[in-house]
Amino acid sequence: MLLIRCPYCEEERPELEFRNAGEAHVVRSANMAATSDEDFEKYFFIRSNPKGVIYERWRHIHGCARFFNAVRDTVTDKFVMTYKAGEPKPKKLPGVAK
Amino acid sequence: MKKYSVFAIAREAMRGHKGWEEQWRSPEPKKEYDVVIVGAGGHGLGTAYYLAKEHGITNVAVVEKGWLGGGNTGRNTTIIRSNYLYDESAGIYDHAVKLWDGLSQDLNYNVMYSPRGVMMLAHNVHDVQVFKRHIHANRLNGVDNEWLTPEQAKEFCPPLNISKNARYPVMGAALQRRGGTARHDAVAWGYARAANARGVDIIQNCEVTAVRRDASGAVTGVETTKGFIGAKKVGVVAAGNTSVIMDMAGVRMPLESYPLQALVSEPVKPVVPCVVMSNTVHAYISQSDKGELVIGAGTDQYISYSQTGGLHILEHTLDAICEMFPMFTRMKMLRSWGGIVDVTPDRSPILAKTPVKGLYVNCGWGTGGFKATPGSANVFAHTIARDEPHPINAPFTLERFRTGRLIDEAAAAAVAH
Repeated sequence: MLLIRCPYCEEERPELEFRNAGEAHVVRSANMAATSDEDFEKYFFIRSNPKGVIYERWRHIHGCARFFNAVRDTVTDKFVMTYKAGEPKPKKLPGVAK
Repeated sequence: MKKYSVFAIAREAMRGHKGWEEQWRSPEPKKEYDVVIVGAGGHGLGTAYYLAKEHGITNVAVVEKGWLGGGNTGRNTTIIRSNYLYDESAGIYDHAVKLWDGLSQDLNYNVMYSPRGVMMLAHNVHDVQVFKRHIHANRLNGVDNEWLTPEQAKEFCPPLNISKNARYPVMGAALQRRGGTARHDAVAWGYARAANARGVDIIQNCEVTAVRRDASGAVTGVETTKGFIGAKKVGVVAAGNTSVIMDMAGVRMPLESYPLQALVSEPVKPVVPCVVMSNTVHAYISQSDKGELVIGAGTDQYISYSQTGGLHILEHTLDAICEMFPMFTRMKMLRSWGGIVDVTPDRSPILAKTPVKGLYVNCGWGTGGFKATPGSANVFAHTIARDEPHPINAPFTLERFRTGRLIDEAAAAAVAH
Protein backbone atom coordinates (compact mmCIF):
# COMPACT_ATOMS: atom_id res chain seq x y z
CA MET A 1 0.00 0.00 0.00
CA LEU A 2 1.27 3.45 -0.85
CA LEU A 3 1.88 6.19 1.69
CA ILE A 4 0.74 9.49 0.22
CA ARG A 5 1.41 12.99 1.48
CA CYS A 6 -1.64 15.22 1.19
CA PRO A 7 -0.39 18.76 0.53
CA TYR A 8 -3.47 20.23 2.25
CA CYS A 9 -3.43 18.07 5.39
CA GLU A 10 0.39 18.19 5.31
CA GLU A 11 0.91 14.63 6.44
CA GLU A 12 1.46 11.14 5.00
CA ARG A 13 -1.63 8.96 5.07
CA PRO A 14 -2.28 5.40 3.79
CA GLU A 15 -3.48 4.92 0.20
CA LEU A 16 -6.89 3.70 1.45
CA GLU A 17 -7.81 7.32 2.23
CA PHE A 18 -7.18 8.38 -1.36
CA ARG A 19 -8.69 7.88 -4.79
CA ASN A 20 -6.50 8.10 -7.89
CA ALA A 21 -8.00 10.49 -10.44
CA GLY A 22 -5.87 9.90 -13.53
CA GLU A 23 -3.35 11.95 -15.45
CA ALA A 24 -2.73 15.52 -14.25
CA HIS A 25 -2.45 18.67 -16.34
CA VAL A 26 -4.90 17.45 -19.00
CA VAL A 27 -6.58 20.68 -20.00
CA ARG A 28 -10.26 20.68 -20.90
CA SER A 29 -11.13 22.91 -23.82
CA ALA A 30 -12.96 26.11 -22.87
CA ASN A 31 -15.09 25.68 -25.98
CA MET A 32 -15.93 21.97 -26.10
CA ALA A 33 -18.56 22.36 -28.82
CA ALA A 34 -15.93 23.68 -31.24
CA THR A 35 -13.38 20.98 -30.41
CA SER A 36 -12.46 18.72 -33.34
CA ASP A 37 -12.76 14.94 -33.08
CA GLU A 38 -8.94 14.66 -33.09
CA ASP A 39 -8.54 17.09 -30.21
CA PHE A 40 -11.37 15.52 -28.26
CA GLU A 41 -9.74 12.10 -28.63
CA LYS A 42 -6.47 13.53 -27.32
CA TYR A 43 -8.21 15.18 -24.38
CA PHE A 44 -10.58 12.35 -23.48
CA PHE A 45 -8.90 9.05 -24.43
CA ILE A 46 -5.18 9.39 -25.16
CA ARG A 47 -2.99 9.04 -22.07
CA SER A 48 0.77 9.35 -21.46
CA ASN A 49 0.97 6.08 -19.51
CA PRO A 50 4.70 6.59 -18.88
CA LYS A 51 7.14 3.99 -17.62
CA GLY A 52 8.95 6.30 -15.19
CA VAL A 53 7.89 9.73 -13.92
CA ILE A 54 4.15 10.33 -14.00
CA TYR A 55 2.16 13.45 -13.13
CA GLU A 56 -1.18 12.36 -11.72
CA ARG A 57 -4.17 13.59 -9.74
CA TRP A 58 -5.22 12.15 -6.40
CA ARG A 59 -8.17 12.96 -4.18
CA HIS A 60 -7.96 12.71 -0.40
CA ILE A 61 -11.50 11.40 -0.43
CA HIS A 62 -11.60 10.01 3.13
CA GLY A 63 -9.72 13.01 4.54
CA CYS A 64 -10.02 16.61 3.42
CA ALA A 65 -11.71 15.41 0.17
CA ARG A 66 -9.61 17.77 -1.93
CA PHE A 67 -7.92 17.05 -5.27
CA PHE A 68 -4.17 17.52 -5.55
CA ASN A 69 -1.35 16.52 -7.91
CA ALA A 70 1.52 14.11 -7.41
CA VAL A 71 4.74 13.13 -9.15
CA ARG A 72 5.49 9.43 -8.88
CA ASP A 73 7.81 6.88 -10.49
CA THR A 74 5.66 4.13 -12.04
CA VAL A 75 8.48 1.57 -11.90
CA THR A 76 9.21 1.89 -8.17
CA ASP A 77 5.83 3.41 -7.17
CA LYS A 78 7.78 5.94 -5.07
CA PHE A 79 6.38 9.45 -4.78
CA VAL A 80 8.75 12.24 -5.77
CA MET A 81 6.49 15.02 -4.48
CA THR A 82 2.90 16.16 -4.16
CA TYR A 83 1.58 19.66 -4.75
CA LYS A 84 -1.69 21.53 -4.62
CA ALA A 85 -4.18 21.59 -7.48
CA GLY A 86 -3.77 24.62 -9.70
CA GLU A 87 -0.04 24.91 -9.11
CA PRO A 88 2.08 24.64 -12.28
CA LYS A 89 3.76 21.39 -13.30
CA PRO A 90 7.08 21.42 -11.37
CA LYS A 91 10.06 21.92 -13.67
CA LYS A 92 12.69 20.59 -11.27
CA LEU A 93 11.99 17.40 -9.37
CA PRO A 94 13.77 16.78 -6.05
CA GLY A 95 16.09 13.78 -6.29
CA VAL A 96 15.51 13.11 -10.00
CA ALA A 97 18.53 13.49 -12.26
CA LYS A 98 17.83 15.08 -15.64
CA MET B 1 10.82 -31.38 -34.78
CA LYS B 2 10.13 -34.81 -33.34
CA LYS B 3 6.45 -35.40 -32.70
CA TYR B 4 5.32 -35.95 -29.11
CA SER B 5 3.28 -39.13 -28.74
CA VAL B 6 2.82 -42.13 -26.50
CA PHE B 7 5.33 -43.93 -28.73
CA ALA B 8 7.89 -41.18 -28.18
CA ILE B 9 7.50 -41.57 -24.41
CA ALA B 10 7.92 -45.36 -24.71
CA ARG B 11 10.96 -44.97 -26.99
CA GLU B 12 12.62 -42.50 -24.65
CA ALA B 13 11.81 -44.61 -21.61
CA MET B 14 13.72 -47.48 -23.26
CA ARG B 15 16.86 -45.41 -23.83
CA GLY B 16 17.15 -43.31 -20.72
CA HIS B 17 15.39 -40.18 -22.02
CA LYS B 18 18.47 -39.12 -24.00
CA GLY B 19 16.64 -38.43 -27.26
CA TRP B 20 14.48 -35.47 -26.21
CA GLU B 21 15.42 -32.40 -28.19
CA GLU B 22 15.22 -28.71 -27.33
CA GLN B 23 11.71 -27.38 -27.82
CA TRP B 24 12.95 -24.26 -29.58
CA ARG B 25 16.27 -22.82 -30.72
CA SER B 26 17.84 -19.68 -29.23
CA PRO B 27 19.25 -18.10 -32.40
CA GLU B 28 21.10 -14.83 -32.83
CA PRO B 29 18.92 -12.36 -34.74
CA LYS B 30 19.31 -12.19 -38.53
CA LYS B 31 19.80 -8.78 -40.18
CA GLU B 32 16.33 -8.72 -41.63
CA TYR B 33 12.99 -10.52 -41.35
CA ASP B 34 9.70 -10.24 -43.21
CA VAL B 35 7.90 -9.66 -39.90
CA VAL B 36 9.14 -8.85 -36.39
CA ILE B 37 6.77 -9.48 -33.49
CA VAL B 38 7.58 -7.52 -30.31
CA GLY B 39 6.63 -9.59 -27.26
CA ALA B 40 6.88 -13.35 -26.78
CA GLY B 41 3.76 -13.96 -24.75
CA GLY B 42 0.94 -16.23 -25.87
CA HIS B 43 -0.55 -13.66 -28.26
CA GLY B 44 2.82 -12.83 -29.87
CA LEU B 45 4.07 -16.40 -30.22
CA GLY B 46 0.65 -17.44 -31.49
CA THR B 47 0.76 -14.65 -34.08
CA ALA B 48 4.12 -15.96 -35.34
CA TYR B 49 2.74 -19.49 -35.46
CA TYR B 50 -0.34 -18.54 -37.49
CA LEU B 51 1.75 -16.32 -39.80
CA ALA B 52 3.83 -19.40 -40.63
CA LYS B 53 1.02 -21.94 -40.67
CA GLU B 54 -1.83 -20.09 -42.37
CA HIS B 55 -0.07 -17.40 -44.39
CA GLY B 56 3.22 -19.07 -45.36
CA ILE B 57 5.31 -16.27 -43.81
CA THR B 58 8.09 -18.13 -42.00
CA ASN B 59 10.84 -15.49 -42.06
CA VAL B 60 9.61 -14.14 -38.72
CA ALA B 61 11.31 -13.15 -35.47
CA VAL B 62 9.66 -12.82 -32.08
CA VAL B 63 11.75 -10.53 -29.85
CA GLU B 64 11.25 -10.52 -26.10
CA LYS B 65 12.94 -8.39 -23.46
CA GLY B 66 12.70 -11.10 -20.79
CA TRP B 67 11.92 -14.78 -21.21
CA LEU B 68 9.04 -16.12 -23.26
CA GLY B 69 5.75 -16.41 -21.43
CA GLY B 70 7.20 -14.45 -18.49
CA GLY B 71 4.70 -11.60 -18.59
CA ASN B 72 0.96 -11.80 -18.26
CA THR B 73 0.86 -15.17 -20.05
CA GLY B 74 2.48 -16.71 -16.98
CA ARG B 75 0.68 -14.49 -14.46
CA ASN B 76 -3.02 -14.83 -15.19
CA THR B 77 -5.67 -17.10 -13.67
CA THR B 78 -6.05 -19.15 -16.91
CA ILE B 79 -9.81 -18.67 -17.25
CA ILE B 80 -11.42 -19.26 -20.66
CA ARG B 81 -14.94 -18.11 -21.57
CA SER B 82 -16.73 -16.25 -24.37
CA ASN B 83 -20.01 -15.10 -22.78
CA TYR B 84 -19.50 -11.41 -23.64
CA LEU B 85 -22.44 -9.13 -24.30
CA TYR B 86 -21.73 -7.42 -27.62
CA ASP B 87 -21.64 -9.05 -31.05
CA GLU B 88 -18.08 -7.88 -31.73
CA SER B 89 -16.80 -9.37 -28.47
CA ALA B 90 -18.75 -12.61 -28.88
CA GLY B 91 -17.17 -12.89 -32.33
CA ILE B 92 -13.57 -12.67 -31.20
CA TYR B 93 -13.81 -14.50 -27.87
CA ASP B 94 -15.85 -17.34 -29.33
CA HIS B 95 -13.39 -17.61 -32.21
CA ALA B 96 -10.80 -18.21 -29.48
CA VAL B 97 -12.89 -20.82 -27.66
CA LYS B 98 -13.36 -22.71 -30.93
CA LEU B 99 -9.58 -22.72 -31.41
CA TRP B 100 -8.94 -23.75 -27.78
CA ASP B 101 -10.92 -26.88 -28.59
CA GLY B 102 -8.34 -28.82 -30.60
CA LEU B 103 -5.34 -26.57 -29.88
CA SER B 104 -3.39 -29.38 -28.17
CA GLN B 105 -3.70 -31.54 -31.29
CA ASP B 106 -2.91 -28.63 -33.59
CA LEU B 107 0.28 -27.74 -31.68
CA ASN B 108 1.18 -31.34 -30.72
CA TYR B 109 1.53 -29.93 -27.20
CA ASN B 110 -0.79 -30.54 -24.29
CA VAL B 111 -2.18 -27.14 -23.29
CA MET B 112 -4.54 -28.91 -20.85
CA TYR B 113 -7.65 -27.07 -22.06
CA SER B 114 -10.32 -28.15 -19.62
CA PRO B 115 -13.89 -27.03 -20.44
CA ARG B 116 -15.06 -27.54 -16.87
CA GLY B 117 -17.60 -24.72 -16.94
CA VAL B 118 -17.49 -21.08 -15.87
CA MET B 119 -20.21 -20.11 -13.40
CA MET B 120 -20.92 -16.44 -12.70
CA LEU B 121 -22.91 -15.78 -9.53
CA ALA B 122 -25.81 -13.34 -9.21
CA HIS B 123 -26.29 -11.81 -5.76
CA ASN B 124 -29.02 -9.21 -6.30
CA VAL B 125 -31.92 -8.39 -8.58
CA HIS B 126 -29.72 -6.28 -10.83
CA ASP B 127 -27.26 -9.18 -11.30
CA VAL B 128 -30.13 -11.53 -12.14
CA GLN B 129 -31.52 -9.19 -14.78
CA VAL B 130 -28.10 -8.44 -16.30
CA PHE B 131 -27.07 -12.10 -16.46
CA LYS B 132 -30.36 -13.14 -18.05
CA ARG B 133 -29.87 -10.40 -20.64
CA HIS B 134 -26.35 -11.73 -21.25
CA ILE B 135 -27.64 -15.29 -21.63
CA HIS B 136 -30.16 -14.22 -24.26
CA ALA B 137 -27.61 -12.08 -26.12
CA ASN B 138 -25.08 -14.93 -26.03
CA ARG B 139 -27.56 -17.45 -27.37
CA LEU B 140 -28.48 -15.14 -30.26
CA ASN B 141 -24.75 -15.12 -31.10
CA GLY B 142 -24.51 -18.92 -30.88
CA VAL B 143 -22.56 -18.78 -27.61
CA ASP B 144 -23.70 -21.27 -24.96
CA ASN B 145 -24.79 -19.81 -21.62
CA GLU B 146 -27.56 -20.96 -19.31
CA TRP B 147 -29.33 -19.87 -16.14
CA LEU B 148 -29.03 -21.91 -12.94
CA THR B 149 -31.11 -21.62 -9.78
CA PRO B 150 -29.14 -21.44 -6.49
CA GLU B 151 -29.81 -25.14 -5.94
CA GLN B 152 -28.57 -26.03 -9.43
CA ALA B 153 -25.49 -23.86 -8.83
CA LYS B 154 -24.81 -25.72 -5.58
CA GLU B 155 -25.21 -29.04 -7.40
CA PHE B 156 -22.71 -27.93 -10.06
CA CYS B 157 -20.26 -26.61 -7.44
CA PRO B 158 -20.87 -28.36 -4.08
CA PRO B 159 -18.65 -26.20 -1.80
CA LEU B 160 -20.60 -23.06 -2.74
CA ASN B 161 -22.44 -21.29 0.09
CA ILE B 162 -26.06 -20.66 -0.99
CA SER B 163 -27.37 -19.87 2.49
CA LYS B 164 -30.07 -17.21 2.53
CA ASN B 165 -28.31 -15.76 5.57
CA ALA B 166 -25.11 -14.93 3.68
CA ARG B 167 -24.23 -11.23 3.45
CA TYR B 168 -24.66 -11.48 -0.33
CA PRO B 169 -26.89 -14.53 -0.90
CA VAL B 170 -26.62 -16.36 -4.23
CA MET B 171 -29.80 -15.72 -6.25
CA GLY B 172 -28.74 -17.75 -9.26
CA ALA B 173 -25.90 -18.14 -11.71
CA ALA B 174 -25.02 -18.01 -15.41
CA LEU B 175 -23.10 -21.07 -16.59
CA GLN B 176 -21.04 -21.38 -19.76
CA ARG B 177 -20.20 -25.07 -19.99
CA ARG B 178 -17.60 -24.64 -22.76
CA GLY B 179 -15.70 -22.22 -20.53
CA GLY B 180 -12.92 -23.50 -18.30
CA THR B 181 -9.18 -23.28 -17.89
CA ALA B 182 -5.92 -24.18 -19.68
CA ARG B 183 -2.29 -24.48 -18.61
CA HIS B 184 -0.97 -20.98 -19.30
CA ASP B 185 2.76 -21.80 -19.55
CA ALA B 186 2.03 -24.68 -21.92
CA VAL B 187 0.21 -22.28 -24.23
CA ALA B 188 3.34 -20.13 -24.60
CA TRP B 189 5.63 -23.16 -24.84
CA GLY B 190 3.36 -24.97 -27.30
CA TYR B 191 3.11 -21.98 -29.63
CA ALA B 192 6.87 -21.37 -29.31
CA ARG B 193 7.76 -24.96 -30.18
CA ALA B 194 5.32 -25.13 -33.08
CA ALA B 195 6.40 -21.73 -34.46
CA ASN B 196 10.07 -22.68 -34.10
CA ALA B 197 9.43 -25.88 -36.04
CA ARG B 198 8.13 -23.77 -38.94
CA GLY B 199 11.25 -21.61 -38.97
CA VAL B 200 10.33 -18.73 -36.66
CA ASP B 201 13.25 -17.28 -34.65
CA ILE B 202 12.44 -16.64 -30.98
CA ILE B 203 14.94 -14.15 -29.58
CA GLN B 204 14.77 -13.77 -25.81
CA ASN B 205 16.60 -11.22 -23.63
CA CYS B 206 16.37 -8.80 -26.52
CA GLU B 207 14.71 -5.52 -25.60
CA VAL B 208 13.41 -3.15 -28.26
CA THR B 209 14.90 0.31 -27.67
CA ALA B 210 13.63 2.17 -30.73
CA VAL B 211 11.42 1.78 -33.79
CA ARG B 212 13.19 2.91 -36.97
CA ARG B 213 11.18 4.59 -39.74
CA ASP B 214 12.18 5.87 -43.19
CA ALA B 215 11.58 9.32 -44.71
CA SER B 216 8.03 8.37 -45.75
CA GLY B 217 7.29 7.37 -42.16
CA ALA B 218 7.09 3.63 -42.86
CA VAL B 219 8.64 1.16 -40.46
CA THR B 220 12.05 -0.24 -41.47
CA GLY B 221 12.87 -2.22 -38.34
CA VAL B 222 13.59 -2.10 -34.63
CA GLU B 223 16.68 -1.18 -32.64
CA THR B 224 17.28 -3.73 -29.91
CA THR B 225 19.81 -4.55 -27.22
CA LYS B 226 21.14 -7.13 -29.72
CA GLY B 227 21.47 -4.61 -32.54
CA PHE B 228 19.25 -3.42 -35.38
CA ILE B 229 16.74 -5.91 -36.82
CA GLY B 230 15.22 -4.91 -40.14
CA ALA B 231 11.58 -5.61 -41.01
CA LYS B 232 8.97 -4.01 -43.26
CA LYS B 233 6.27 -5.15 -40.86
CA VAL B 234 6.38 -4.92 -37.07
CA GLY B 235 3.63 -6.29 -34.84
CA VAL B 236 3.56 -4.90 -31.29
CA VAL B 237 2.08 -7.38 -28.80
CA ALA B 238 3.62 -5.99 -25.62
CA ALA B 239 0.67 -5.94 -23.18
CA GLY B 240 1.41 -3.50 -20.33
CA ASN B 241 4.45 -2.10 -22.16
CA THR B 242 2.57 -1.30 -25.39
CA SER B 243 2.45 2.46 -24.70
CA VAL B 244 6.24 2.47 -24.26
CA ILE B 245 6.91 0.72 -27.60
CA MET B 246 4.30 2.73 -29.50
CA ASP B 247 5.77 5.99 -28.13
CA MET B 248 9.03 4.95 -29.86
CA ALA B 249 7.12 4.96 -33.15
CA GLY B 250 5.46 8.29 -32.35
CA VAL B 251 1.98 6.86 -31.77
CA ARG B 252 0.27 7.90 -28.54
CA MET B 253 -2.14 5.27 -27.26
CA PRO B 254 -5.47 5.31 -25.40
CA LEU B 255 -4.04 2.94 -22.79
CA GLU B 256 -3.32 2.91 -19.09
CA SER B 257 -1.24 0.17 -17.43
CA TYR B 258 -2.31 -1.14 -14.04
CA PRO B 259 -1.06 -3.91 -11.75
CA LEU B 260 -3.44 -6.87 -11.52
CA GLN B 261 -2.78 -9.46 -8.83
CA ALA B 262 -3.47 -13.15 -8.40
CA LEU B 263 -2.63 -15.69 -5.74
CA VAL B 264 -2.64 -19.44 -5.11
CA SER B 265 -3.32 -21.47 -2.00
CA GLU B 266 -1.55 -24.54 -0.71
CA PRO B 267 -2.52 -27.60 -2.81
CA VAL B 268 -5.52 -29.56 -1.57
CA LYS B 269 -7.63 -32.46 -2.83
CA PRO B 270 -10.13 -31.70 -5.64
CA VAL B 271 -12.83 -29.44 -4.19
CA VAL B 272 -13.78 -26.75 -6.76
CA PRO B 273 -14.90 -28.58 -9.93
CA CYS B 274 -15.42 -25.49 -12.09
CA VAL B 275 -14.54 -21.80 -12.36
CA VAL B 276 -16.64 -19.59 -10.08
CA MET B 277 -16.78 -15.84 -10.58
CA SER B 278 -18.65 -13.15 -8.74
CA ASN B 279 -18.74 -9.51 -9.71
CA THR B 280 -20.70 -8.30 -6.71
CA VAL B 281 -18.38 -9.69 -4.00
CA HIS B 282 -15.46 -9.37 -6.46
CA ALA B 283 -13.63 -12.68 -6.70
CA TYR B 284 -12.93 -15.50 -9.08
CA ILE B 285 -11.58 -18.91 -8.25
CA SER B 286 -10.71 -22.26 -9.80
CA GLN B 287 -8.53 -25.19 -8.83
CA SER B 288 -5.39 -26.13 -10.75
CA ASP B 289 -4.52 -29.72 -11.57
CA LYS B 290 -1.84 -29.51 -8.86
CA GLY B 291 -4.62 -28.81 -6.36
CA GLU B 292 -3.91 -25.14 -5.66
CA LEU B 293 -6.86 -22.78 -5.54
CA VAL B 294 -6.14 -20.11 -8.16
CA ILE B 295 -7.66 -16.80 -7.12
CA GLY B 296 -7.84 -13.56 -9.06
CA ALA B 297 -7.86 -10.17 -7.38
CA GLY B 298 -8.54 -6.67 -8.64
CA THR B 299 -6.36 -4.01 -10.19
CA ASP B 300 -4.69 -1.30 -8.18
CA GLN B 301 -6.08 2.18 -8.75
CA TYR B 302 -2.89 3.77 -10.06
CA ILE B 303 -0.71 3.33 -13.17
CA SER B 304 2.33 1.18 -12.45
CA TYR B 305 4.88 -1.01 -14.19
CA SER B 306 6.09 -2.59 -10.93
CA GLN B 307 4.50 -6.07 -11.39
CA THR B 308 3.37 -5.96 -7.77
CA GLY B 309 0.39 -4.49 -5.99
CA GLY B 310 -1.15 -3.50 -2.69
CA LEU B 311 -1.86 -6.09 0.01
CA HIS B 312 -5.26 -4.57 0.73
CA ILE B 313 -6.38 -5.63 -2.76
CA LEU B 314 -5.65 -9.26 -1.90
CA GLU B 315 -7.35 -8.95 1.50
CA HIS B 316 -10.50 -7.67 -0.18
CA THR B 317 -10.49 -10.61 -2.60
CA LEU B 318 -9.97 -13.18 0.14
CA ASP B 319 -12.86 -11.64 2.10
CA ALA B 320 -15.03 -12.36 -0.93
CA ILE B 321 -13.69 -15.91 -1.38
CA CYS B 322 -14.46 -16.72 2.27
CA GLU B 323 -17.94 -15.28 1.80
CA MET B 324 -18.63 -17.64 -1.13
CA PHE B 325 -16.78 -20.64 0.34
CA PRO B 326 -16.77 -20.45 4.17
CA MET B 327 -14.80 -23.73 4.28
CA PHE B 328 -11.75 -21.91 2.83
CA THR B 329 -11.38 -19.51 5.77
CA ARG B 330 -8.53 -21.57 7.25
CA MET B 331 -6.74 -22.22 3.95
CA LYS B 332 -3.16 -20.97 3.70
CA MET B 333 -2.16 -18.85 0.71
CA LEU B 334 1.20 -19.77 -0.80
CA ARG B 335 2.14 -17.11 -3.34
CA SER B 336 0.84 -13.88 -4.82
CA TRP B 337 2.12 -11.86 -7.75
CA GLY B 338 1.19 -9.06 -10.10
CA GLY B 339 1.12 -8.50 -13.84
CA ILE B 340 0.81 -5.22 -15.73
CA VAL B 341 -2.40 -5.02 -17.75
CA ASP B 342 -3.02 -2.45 -20.48
CA VAL B 343 -6.55 -1.10 -20.22
CA THR B 344 -8.44 0.80 -22.93
CA PRO B 345 -11.17 3.37 -22.20
CA ASP B 346 -13.92 1.02 -23.45
CA ARG B 347 -12.34 -2.13 -21.96
CA SER B 348 -12.15 -3.81 -25.38
CA PRO B 349 -8.88 -4.69 -27.12
CA ILE B 350 -7.22 -2.96 -30.06
CA LEU B 351 -6.15 -5.32 -32.89
CA ALA B 352 -5.42 -3.14 -35.81
CA LYS B 353 -3.26 -1.34 -38.30
CA THR B 354 -1.85 1.94 -37.02
CA PRO B 355 -1.30 5.36 -38.65
CA VAL B 356 2.31 4.22 -39.24
CA LYS B 357 2.79 2.09 -42.37
CA GLY B 358 3.99 -1.40 -41.51
CA LEU B 359 3.22 -1.06 -37.80
CA TYR B 360 0.47 -3.20 -36.31
CA VAL B 361 -0.75 -3.36 -32.73
CA ASN B 362 -2.48 -6.02 -30.64
CA CYS B 363 -3.10 -4.60 -27.17
CA GLY B 364 -5.66 -3.41 -24.66
CA TRP B 365 -6.70 -6.86 -23.50
CA GLY B 366 -6.79 -5.42 -20.01
CA THR B 367 -7.68 -7.88 -17.31
CA GLY B 368 -8.90 -10.69 -19.59
CA GLY B 369 -6.51 -11.47 -22.43
CA PHE B 370 -5.52 -15.06 -21.75
CA LYS B 371 -8.85 -16.52 -22.83
CA ALA B 372 -8.52 -14.84 -26.21
CA THR B 373 -4.96 -16.01 -26.98
CA PRO B 374 -5.60 -18.34 -29.97
CA GLY B 375 -8.33 -16.17 -31.49
CA SER B 376 -6.37 -12.95 -31.07
CA ALA B 377 -3.18 -14.46 -32.50
CA ASN B 378 -5.09 -16.00 -35.41
CA VAL B 379 -6.78 -12.79 -36.61
CA PHE B 380 -3.73 -10.62 -35.85
CA ALA B 381 -1.61 -12.84 -38.11
CA HIS B 382 -4.24 -12.32 -40.81
CA THR B 383 -4.10 -8.55 -40.26
CA ILE B 384 -0.31 -8.47 -40.65
CA ALA B 385 -0.12 -10.89 -43.57
CA ARG B 386 -2.86 -9.27 -45.66
CA ASP B 387 -2.36 -5.71 -44.41
CA GLU B 388 -6.07 -5.61 -43.63
CA PRO B 389 -8.08 -6.80 -40.64
CA HIS B 390 -9.94 -10.10 -40.53
CA PRO B 391 -13.74 -9.51 -40.34
CA ILE B 392 -13.61 -10.68 -36.71
CA ASN B 393 -11.15 -7.99 -35.58
CA ALA B 394 -12.29 -5.28 -38.02
CA PRO B 395 -14.30 -3.45 -35.30
CA PHE B 396 -11.34 -3.38 -32.87
CA THR B 397 -9.66 -0.38 -34.45
CA LEU B 398 -7.51 2.36 -32.98
CA GLU B 399 -9.70 4.96 -34.72
CA ARG B 400 -12.81 4.07 -32.73
CA PHE B 401 -11.72 6.49 -29.99
CA ARG B 402 -11.95 9.29 -32.51
CA THR B 403 -15.12 8.18 -34.30
CA GLY B 404 -16.91 7.20 -31.12
CA ARG B 405 -17.70 3.69 -32.41
CA LEU B 406 -16.73 2.15 -29.06
CA ILE B 407 -17.21 -1.47 -27.99
CA ASP B 408 -18.16 -0.63 -24.44
CA GLU B 409 -17.74 -4.00 -22.74
CA ALA B 410 -16.94 -2.64 -19.26
CA ALA B 411 -20.33 -3.82 -18.07
CA ALA B 412 -19.66 -7.32 -19.39
CA ALA B 413 -16.42 -7.90 -17.50
CA ALA B 414 -16.77 -10.82 -15.13
CA VAL B 415 -15.61 -8.63 -12.27
CA ALA B 416 -15.40 -4.87 -12.32
CA HIS B 417 -11.78 -3.74 -12.33
